[in-house]
Amino acid sequence: MHDANASRASKTLVPRTASAVLVNPVGLHARPSVKLTQCAKNFAAKIEIALAPDGPWTDAKSPVKVMRVKAPQGAMLYFRVAGSDGDAALAAVLALVHDGFGEA
Amino acid sequence: MSNSSSGNVGIVIVSHSAKIAEGAADMVRQMVGNAVPLAWTGGDPEGGLGTNVAGILEAIEIAWSPAGVAILVDLGGAETNSEMAVEMVPEDRRARVVVCNAPVVEGAVIAATESSGGSSLTAVQRSAEEFYA
Repeated sequence: MHDANASRASKTLVPRTASAVLVNPVGLHARPSVKLTQCAKNFAAKIEIALAPDGPWTDAKSPVKVMRVKAPQGAMLYFRVAGSDGDAALAAVLALVHDGFGEA
Repeated sequence: MSNSSSGNVGIVIVSHSAKIAEGAADMVRQMVGNAVPLAWTGGDPEGGLGTNVAGILEAIEIAWSPAGVAILVDLGGAETNSEMAVEMVPEDRRARVVVCNAPVVEGAVIAATESSGGSSLTAVQRSAEEFYA
């Protein structure tokens, strides 16, 4: 019972991280922030972003908080996801950044 | 005025200036897309600056969604007239119409972003109001 719970917890709660460089010209401004939060909201996983590998972490599903990060072009954007669909979420947000949010 | 039917929370933009209301609605459409019912109203019936209850009621009707409607307002009369309009909404809908305490342009974009993800009226209002948090 305890082992089963631990195994379930490790599957769903251990966060995975990845990073990508912001390539679009103005960085994470209003429109990309909206696209990122819309993308993040498609997943149940907790998704956070940061400008450094150790945070501080910002909820990627909050457009207001994402805009406040004010990540500029060229910045390394770090993602941390946790949840059963975390892998798919991570792939989706990274694809969005690589694609320059459709702007680059 | 513009609308697209969906089960997402509707957004109503109320400004003293029709140009501001329409411009904010343009920003919502371009940045967030068409997945959110949206309507705007601005100016008094004579075409000057101001807001009017009938116009706000009409906008609520256009943006109506079973999930509810979040209203973004600018100053003073926009808020009091919006509250008056909410009181005139049919009783079975009234509890699902809220006036957000948020800046009109930014709040509209954020509220629509939240709504486009299928969030509840409470979550839409909370997200818009994060600007003053």
